[in-house]
Amino acid sequence: MRRHLLSGADLTREDALLVLDTAAELRALADRPIKKLPTLRGRTVVNLFFEDSTRTRISFEAAAKRLSADVINFSAKGSSVSKGESLKDTALTLEAMGADAVVIRHSASGAPHRLATSGWVRSCVINAGDGTHEHPTQALLDAFTMRRHLGDLDGRRVTIVGDVLHSRVARSNALLLSTLGADVTLVAPPTLLPVGVEAWPVHTSYDLDTELDKSDVVMMLRVQRERMNAAFFPSAREYSRRYGLDERRFARLPDHAIVMHPGPMNRGMEISANVADSTRSVIVEQVTNGVAVRMAVLYLLLSGPDTRLDDEPAGQEVEK
Amino acid sequence: MTDYLLTGARPLGGEPTDLLLRDGRIAEPADAGKKVVRVDADGLVALPGLVDLHTHLREPGREDAETVLTGSRAAAAGGFTAVHAMANTDPVADTAGVVEQVWHLGQMAGYVDVRPVGAVTAGLGGSILAELGAMADSAAGVRVFSDDGKCVSDAVLMRRALEYVKAFDGVVAQHAQEPRLTEDAQMNEGTVSGVLGMRGWPAVAEEAIIARDVLLAAHVGSRLHVCHVSTAGSVELIRWAKSKGWEVTAEVTPHHLLLTDDLVATYDPIYKVNPPLRTAADVEALRAALADGTIDCVATDHAPHPTEDKECEWAAAAMGMLGLETALSVVQHTMVDAGLLDWAGVADRMSVRPARIGRVGDHGRGLGAGAPANLVLVDPTASRTIDPADSASLSRNTPYTGMTLPGAVVATFLRGRPTVLDGKLC
Amino acid sequence: MTSAQRSGLDLDTSRVVLDEADIARAITRIAHEILERNKGPQGVLILGIPTRGVALAQRVAAAMSRVEGVPVAAGSLDVTMYRDDVRLRPARTLEATTIPSGGVDGATVVLVDDVLFSGRTIRAALDALNDVGRPTAVQLAVLVDRGHRELPIRADFVGKNLPTSLVERVEVLLSEYDGTDAVVISAAAGGRA
Repeated sequence: MRRHLLSGADLTREDALLVLDTAAELRALADRPIKKLPTLRGRTVVNLFFEDSTRTRISFEAAAKRLSADVINFSAKGSSVSKGESLKDTALTLEAMGADAVVIRHSASGAPHRLATSGWVRSCVINAGDGTHEHPTQALLDAFTMRRHLGDLDGRRVTIVGDVLHSRVARSNALLLSTLGADVTLVAPPTLLPVGVEAWPVHTSYDLDTELDKSDVVMMLRVQRERMNAAFFPSAREYSRRYGLDERRFARLPDHAIVMHPGPMNRGMEISANVADSTRSVIVEQVTNGVAVRMAVLYLLLSGPDTRLDDEPAGQEVEK
Repeated sequence: MTDYLLTGARPLGGEPTDLLLRDGRIAEPADAGKKVVRVDADGLVALPGLVDLHTHLREPGREDAETVLTGSRAAAAGGFTAVHAMANTDPVADTAGVVEQVWHLGQMAGYVDVRPVGAVTAGLGGSILAELGAMADSAAGVRVFSDDGKCVSDAVLMRRALEYVKAFDGVVAQHAQEPRLTEDAQMNEGTVSGVLGMRGWPAVAEEAIIARDVLLAAHVGSRLHVCHVSTAGSVELIRWAKSKGWEVTAEVTPHHLLLTDDLVATYDPIYKVNPPLRTAADVEALRAALADGTIDCVATDHAPHPTEDKECEWAAAAMGMLGLETALSVVQHTMVDAGLLDWAGVADRMSVRPARIGRVGDHGRGLGAGAPANLVLVDPTASRTIDPADSASLSRNTPYTGMTLPGAVVATFLRGRPTVLDGKLC
Repeated sequence: MTSAQRSGLDLDTSRVVLDEADIARAITRIAHEILERNKGPQGVLILGIPTRGVALAQRVAAAMSRVEGVPVAAGSLDVTMYRDDVRLRPARTLEATTIPSGGVDGATVVLVDDVLFSGRTIRAALDALNDVGRPTAVQLAVLVDRGHRELPIRADFVGKNLPTSLVERVEVLLSEYDGTDAVVISAAAGGRA
């Protein structure tokens, strides 16, 4: 595996399966009275969150603590993007504290990449969501959840519905799931599909109804209500009518199909309350699985020779 | 004043000859006296001093990024003898006072002729015209007006500006960027932006403004200059406007002739620039357009930024890259060595035509006897690996770090006086 | 590809110290010794340490079952996350931990591993076991004890004591994984079995 996890594309099929298999063993620990493992004793994991995300931060924190790592939560919210130099200064602070891994959430696409390649820190960098770019551990936990219900993902049909344009979850899932052999279809109004999506390893559709009966998984993405004001779609009601997963559409899914959502949900907008709470909705389980997957990622990135000891900062790397 | 005899130079890449520089003009070499300083120019290409229509010297206001003096030195090191200093300073160059100050600083620096560009609208605000006539009549003699960095997006205001500057043979240089289509835009809109999750900057945002402006210019019978053309579609529009006989000129930057948007995948803001780096197909079209003259000239859009404005997240970083000291090398690499343009063509696109567009009388006049002795000697066989530490600019934001580029400026003369000799600034 | 080839064993410089029949006899003897020590199979839980300890545990349990005529439970205990060399080696793949129903609380756990060497794996196993529950007693069975202990750990049941030099490799091949049963010792330098 690479030293950082920045994108779903950083994982080969072998890497991804290693993470998922490791997570499966670690998932079993959740049922033990003693959930803690001594594996990362003495290691320091910093949660560097420039953007509020209580659920992701707590998930990483629980994962790190169950592996006995020391966890430092560094909430840098308020350091606005306009004060961009703060990323470097924050990074230098973390380096001085001896962070072994930095879990970073940032509103700017590419900020984790910047942290990993700038030479400011020697830590492993884990992307916990950057701007409208990627969220690879979310994709891993989604894939993990799918595997628990459907087995091997090879040839499975996954339909991802909603605001693909602004969704880091969709980007990471499209990359990871196709690496794992799944057949991914992105469904969205044309305004919410990125330019150049033809080059992605996925199918696209503007019509949810034609995709339902062949889907093994339907993943609904959160739709921000403010997109409405930017003319991406006329109204919440119209969006919900055309792209929402309501009971009528839910009834058309194959019996084995599962419903997913990365949260937080807009009940009544992209997903109806009854569908969200149905037995085939695995939304709550996604949260549980998140801890196991993040434990696996931390273990796999942080075990092995201590890179801090033999690595000098790489310095500014400019690829030509 | 010392006379210089440049021996064995190849004017515009032609047959070797001697060039005598006397009293600020090019003279017949036979007239060289005994006290002449001989410069061995054997094998060097002689070009008229380069003229940049688009330079950010940052003074007044951001003297931490560049000053008129440091920017002038960088220009001379790059073979330039005249530069147009863009108006987006602080205060904005929108009054006679500010343009005269910049012009005066240029005179004091003495490395190149600094020609201030005046703002089109007061404070670059896009709502009322700046005092264009006052700037034209000032000691700075402003002829090029631009809100560069911002687009004059109001069609009525653009029309009035185009009309108004006719009174003093001015030209409006438009930064073509439709503002609504580029809100918070970070990079070229395309496959790469979709994958990187960056707000895209569609080609149409540039092309729509160019289309409107060439029609406006035709309608009111004015000259229009289009800054830093970056897309294949823009080239088509300009080609069409020229075919109609309209007075439309255009420039391309060296970086748009060489770099593409896939570099953004590094998330290194050194590649963040306005207009953004485009695709390989756009680069191809721009090179062809510069070769066939659809695009009139190369302009650097030299945009110095202090380190902290680039050492950050992409979204927070400033837009722009250095260009003065690498422009000629990039043009040699992308155009001359690629067989698209000969050295006479380089002289035309980097000196003659920009001087004509900017109405810079003493520049771009060729290398014949009697012409002003503004010229540059280039060693086309040299190659150098770009190290930002070598730059004469105050800033270090060159996108070419580590790249090996052909050609080196050996000497630059401004009115017969060397500003660069033996490859070193005087 | 056989395990011997995989591990780079040079068959010219290696020799078989236990063959299939030797291993079968050793397992039968260990099974008897466990039963004797614990006065029968009641309350005894056999846990193998992955990878090869798991198959050995199953064989021992089966042998005990044959002797006593009652089922004897066997499971597995992965120690990867408890090793003391996590920072020294590349990440290892996790193996399954399978605790038979009833759990370890109050049981006599017999840990089973293929080779006892430094003792560090067993140290990790004791820690891992501690997080699973609280056994009444813990005993250790190994197929081969090759010496060179680095911790105060000794086996209760040993298939064969095999004095080795530190530079030698000891490889246990089991039909469940390798297609054959054998214990092979080789002069190949470097490896620690």
